[in-house]
Amino acid sequence: MSKLARILLVSLSLGLSLCAGPAFSQGEDGLRLVPAPINRLDQESLQRGARDFVNYCLNCHTAKYMRYNRLEGIGLTPAQITDNLMFASQKIGDTMTVAMTAKDAAKWFPAPPPDLSVEARFRGRDWLYNYLLAFYRDDTSESGWNNLVFPNVSMPNVLWQLSGTNKLVETEYDEHEKAAGAAIAAKGLSMLEAKPGGKYAMLTVAPDVPGTMTRAQYEAFVGDLVNYLDYMAEPVKNERIHLGIIVLLFLGVLYVFAYALKREYWKDLH
Amino acid sequence: MSKLMTWIDDRFPLTPLWELAWGKYIAPKNFNFWYYFGSLAALVLVMQIGTGIWLTMDYKPDATLAFGSVEYIMRDVQWGWLIRYMHSTGASMFFVVVYLHMFRGLIYGSYRKPRELTWIFGCLIYLALMAEAFFGYLLPWGQMSYWGAQVIVNLFSAIPVIGGDLSTWIRGDYTISDVTLNRFFAFHVAALPLVLIALVAAHLIALHETGSNNPDGVEIKKQPKDPKTGLPLDGIYSHPYYTVKDIVGVVAFLAVFSAIVFFTPDMGGYFLESNNFIPANPLKTPPEIAPVWYFTPYYAMLRAVPSFLQTQVWGVIVMGASVLIFFVLPWLDRGAVKSIRYRGTLYKSFLAAFIVAFLILGYLGTVPVTVWGQFGDAAPFYGADRATVLSRFLTLVYFAFFLLMPWYTSRDKTKPQPDRVRWK
Repeated sequence: MSKLARILLVSLSLGLSLCAGPAFSQGEDGLRLVPAPINRLDQESLQRGARDFVNYCLNCHTAKYMRYNRLEGIGLTPAQITDNLMFASQKIGDTMTVAMTAKDAAKWFPAPPPDLSVEARFRGRDWLYNYLLAFYRDDTSESGWNNLVFPNVSMPNVLWQLSGTNKLVETEYDEHEKAAGAAIAAKGLSMLEAKPGGKYAMLTVAPDVPGTMTRAQYEAFVGDLVNYLDYMAEPVKNERIHLGIIVLLFLGVLYVFAYALKREYWKDLH
Repeated sequence: MSKLMTWIDDRFPLTPLWELAWGKYIAPKNFNFWYYFGSLAALVLVMQIGTGIWLTMDYKPDATLAFGSVEYIMRDVQWGWLIRYMHSTGASMFFVVVYLHMFRGLIYGSYRKPRELTWIFGCLIYLALMAEAFFGYLLPWGQMSYWGAQVIVNLFSAIPVIGGDLSTWIRGDYTISDVTLNRFFAFHVAALPLVLIALVAAHLIALHETGSNNPDGVEIKKQPKDPKTGLPLDGIYSHPYYTVKDIVGVVAFLAVFSAIVFFTPDMGGYFLESNNFIPANPLKTPPEIAPVWYFTPYYAMLRAVPSFLQTQVWGVIVMGASVLIFFVLPWLDRGAVKSIRYRGTLYKSFLAAFIVAFLILGYLGTVPVTVWGQFGDAAPFYGADRATVLSRFLTLVYFAFFLLMPWYTSRDKTKPQPDRVRWK
């Protein structure tokens, strides 16, 4: 590779890392997300997530591109799927639909519940994880709930019996730096908001009334659910990554032979 | 085998065609890293056509079915996910390869006499490729597909007098709709691939007429012939020499390509945008509409140009000019030498500024104009978005590279160009 090529590659990679750097730590809207503690290879977590998904989500939400038999990819047998995860008259090759029609959904809800098949690829794992932990009581909203990650969302906190209820905690600071520092120190989901008079508020949610689960149990519950949503968004992911390693190893070996062939032919040239 | 070849050659000039196209094509022996990207562009074109044909077998060009048929390909079609990821990664990698190929032409003066037509056919390929990418991007029928197409088609409505009718004519409807999807599908899978193949053929025929340039800009056709081989002193046959060399390039490229396809097919949202995983919704405009990365330098220029005389057409003109100006490059360059190796500091500085401007514009096109906030009251640009002001400046740098080229290339202090090529 020529000198020029090397200079260009180095500056390109530097440039890319500069562009990519700040985007992950803090969103433009001042939202600071906790990374979702999930593992795509943890089959038990995926199975718990699938169980919770069909029990809690798959009543209003659909997953119309996901077939039940795709759950075999997380280590379930067809009998386990039909016996435990299918409650109506579907067949195992059917997709995850609900009885509610789109027309009814539009009538019954302020906004129709979105299909969740590829939601994890749209929102991202971290967003979903934080979203499900960010509900708080808000008496001014129509449903009685609000959400720090998705302000004024029309979905109520359907998991409130498990999670208990949260309240919004707002702390005001004189300077942006102090608020940002407090957000980092909070070590959890937080949001910065500019306030009148040049002040800044750091918003978080805090537990109010406990539910049937402890905080740690509920976080694990949401983690499993998000893990499953991520699986459902791309069921082939594990297979893809596994195959990629084999393909790259093959290409590595092929490169050695291709390079040796090139050298053999070119050694005659002067 | 040789009997079969004789049988065929008596009836069809297979061997002469092969020798004309590649086997006995005489190329300079000093091609370096930058000379891989021509053959790689051909490889990606073939890959896009192949994967495209297989995608067409299961894709439904219908506004109610398109999004679902893509998910069907991703989930239910055997190896459909691989074919689709190869195609989506291939689209981006096509531009990566073509941009590097164009950069090669730029630094070694490959566009200059006598290769002006090779360059112009290349520019036409670039235009056709942009159209192909634009039409193809609508097909998954996600939010970004829909609103990206909306924005680009609306550019035509900025044209005075005929604009409104023209954009309706392109869409076939008053908004992007099923009709638009059907015609974009026709353009993407039939019309433009044919245009691309024809242009690639013309590009190669013109190249073979003049012979290839090289990193030293030496015209090997003007060299004396080697008495033993009958070839120019610095010429070698493409086959086997560049056959085996290009295979090395292909394997290295496939390693990069596979790493993306298998490990990060979204490429952090640059190759597959997250907003495109929700179906198109004509009633809900996304908060940020950003084109795919390969259009972003031009998009940044479009946004940077202010409206004037109550029309936004100036941004469209600047954007169009920024692409079309590549066509006249052969006549703007008055340098005594072709290659950057023998150019002076003046040319090198302008080229460096151009590349930096292109890359920063590319970045700015992916982010909202508010990304760096606004200038404070101390600056002359009080209240203006910092990113917009910088984009305007970089747009000037971009055009200065071309428009000042006759001046700075003729004044540049060049080194003498050698008669023989150098290795490496």
